[in-house]
Amino acid sequence: MSSIKDLELVACQVRRDIIRQVHYASSGHPGGSLGCADLFTALYFKVMEHDTSFQMDGKGEDMFFLSNGHISPVFYSVLARSGYFPVEELATFRKLDSRLQGHPATHEGLPGVRIASGSLGQGLSVACGVAQAKKLNKDEKSIFCLMGDGELQEGQIWEAVMYAAHNKLDNLIGIVDWNGRQIDGDNDDVLSLGDLKGKWKTFGWTVTEVDGNNMEALVTALLDAKSNTGNGVPQVILMRTEMGHPIDFMVGSHKWHGVAPNVEQTENALAQLEETMGDYPYPA
Amino acid sequence: MLSDYIAKDKKSTRDGFGAGLLEVGQKNDKVVGLCADLIGSLKMNAFMDAFPERFFQMGIAEANMMGVAAGLATSGQIPYTGTFANFSTGRVFDQIRQSIAYSHKNVKICASHAGVTLGEDGATHQIMEDVGMMKMLPGMAVINPCDYNQTKAATIAIAEYDGPVYLRFGRPGWPVFMPEGEFSIGKAVHMNEGKDVSIIATGHLMWYAVEAANVLESEGISVDLINIHTIKPLDATAILASAARTGCVVTAEEHQILGGLGGSVAQLLAANNPCPIEFVGMDDSFGESGKPDQLLAKYNMDTATILAKARAVMAKK
Ligand SMILES: Cc1ncc(C[n+]2csc(CCOP(=O)(O)OP(=O)(O)O)c2C)c(N)n1
Ligand SMILES: [Mg+2]
Repeated sequence: MSSIKDLELVACQVRRDIIRQVHYASSGHPGGSLGCADLFTALYFKVMEHDTSFQMDGKGEDMFFLSNGHISPVFYSVLARSGYFPVEELATFRKLDSRLQGHPATHEGLPGVRIASGSLGQGLSVACGVAQAKKLNKDEKSIFCLMGDGELQEGQIWEAVMYAAHNKLDNLIGIVDWNGRQIDGDNDDVLSLGDLKGKWKTFGWTVTEVDGNNMEALVTALLDAKSNTGNGVPQVILMRTEMGHPIDFMVGSHKWHGVAPNVEQTENALAQLEETMGDYPYPA
Repeated sequence: MLSDYIAKDKKSTRDGFGAGLLEVGQKNDKVVGLCADLIGSLKMNAFMDAFPERFFQMGIAEANMMGVAAGLATSGQIPYTGTFANFSTGRVFDQIRQSIAYSHKNVKICASHAGVTLGEDGATHQIMEDVGMMKMLPGMAVINPCDYNQTKAATIAIAEYDGPVYLRFGRPGWPVFMPEGEFSIGKAVHMNEGKDVSIIATGHLMWYAVEAANVLESEGISVDLINIHTIKPLDATAILASAARTGCVVTAEEHQILGGLGGSVAQLLAANNPCPIEFVGMDDSFGESGKPDQLLAKYNMDTATILAKARAVMAKK
């Protein structure tokens, strides 16, 4: 499972899973999830060395932290599809008594999740702690942390950004889902991020930009970042994505940040996505 | 009288906030609105469209929002901040404590999606500790209205109150049963006079308390029903009078039992008129994803639980 074509096929199924989870739950966040499907697929099916038998401490593994927890559908799909828990469980998303909480949680013991997220702005700090621990434990693996671009408006993110540079957390790779959108509209209309590249740079990070909806470019950027660890500097990948990618009626619109597609919209969306790994069943 | 309280239709309390904010904005040009990337969820669109120059989009930066609100209040504006209850309290507790409560700024902290009734988003968003945090702050008024009408009226009334206010409301459509336009901060609404058991409720659970009272009354049990929209300052007179009439009390709220309305009522009664009391609320647990009614039932914050506790407390007299 390593060619770009293979990864694209996985990402296609992941997108079906996202649509089907959110539709069946009548709630959830399809926009950011769809935009990040390529990233999650690249990380879990190619870039990260990880063990689906799941140990909380992730010793000797590359580790991933989702800070923008609302895009849980893409996280759950990739965890299930890569073997952390049964794919059928995706049908329980956001239902009562499920391990698949609206936002990722450790509370119900879902394998693959190491921290609760959902209240924005907290993930990078946690990733810093994990990076620090890996150094203490002479564990040379990498830590990835995904954040939303709107999420970067939270001050705590910048506390962590400063901390990581000061403490030379060069095993830490931040990723920003730079889709330009958030709930109330475009980042630029809500609260402009200004010169985002320059901001990370002046805070002491190495910055790269990539097209996050181009599997080949994405894999290259992630592998490059992994091979650049150990240089005394944390790295961030500013990942240009489209919210809702590639569903024609969703793409690029902040309106699909957190709305579930109805029956018709779901059929329409699924018709645009090939079923490459088999859909999980809805309970009878 | 209990029979005056009939559910007409369902509307959310956050819709009541949105309507109230527009109206108070029309009445008082000192009122300004602030929102942290949740305009639609907080129903602040109408205010924003009517008064664009008095509305500030803060982005996803709640700590900054609280500080800016304190600054606006310092210069004589009446800021209404809007975000989810979790991000209105826990997220920004120290900013509220120092810049708003301790500094006694006239900021109205308006908090939607409180409690488990926000539903599917799950425990990360379902704050059940906010009333506790806010009521502990010296000088902070804490208001948890029960339906659309009461929330709308409260939103308008707090502009006239000089000091920080925490106004808590919720997401789901909910029965509308209170009269329009009536709200007096700190003054409980005595919804029914009775002699067998007092039920003292706040927020969404007020409706369930009405339902439970109807069942009990139909069985010949006389219920003293108190609507405590203001948890702080607490209407001690109304509560003590009720307990004196009935000799036993049930409190009901969509909040942790530890630190909520029940604790305030119990302290008041313990000091003045000890009597049997039972608490309906979250029993030291986090919530989870699900539908509002499923969650209220699973976590024992429903009509059946109020009924059971009312029977239990009467047996203790
Ligand atoms: C602390 C906090 N404030 C507000 C929210 C509500 N909220 C959830 S997602 C979101 C927008 C996030 O924007 P972005 O990070 O760009 O994610 P995208 O919409 O692109 O998926 C907001 C405001 C939250 N979850 N946490
Ligand atoms: Mg975004």
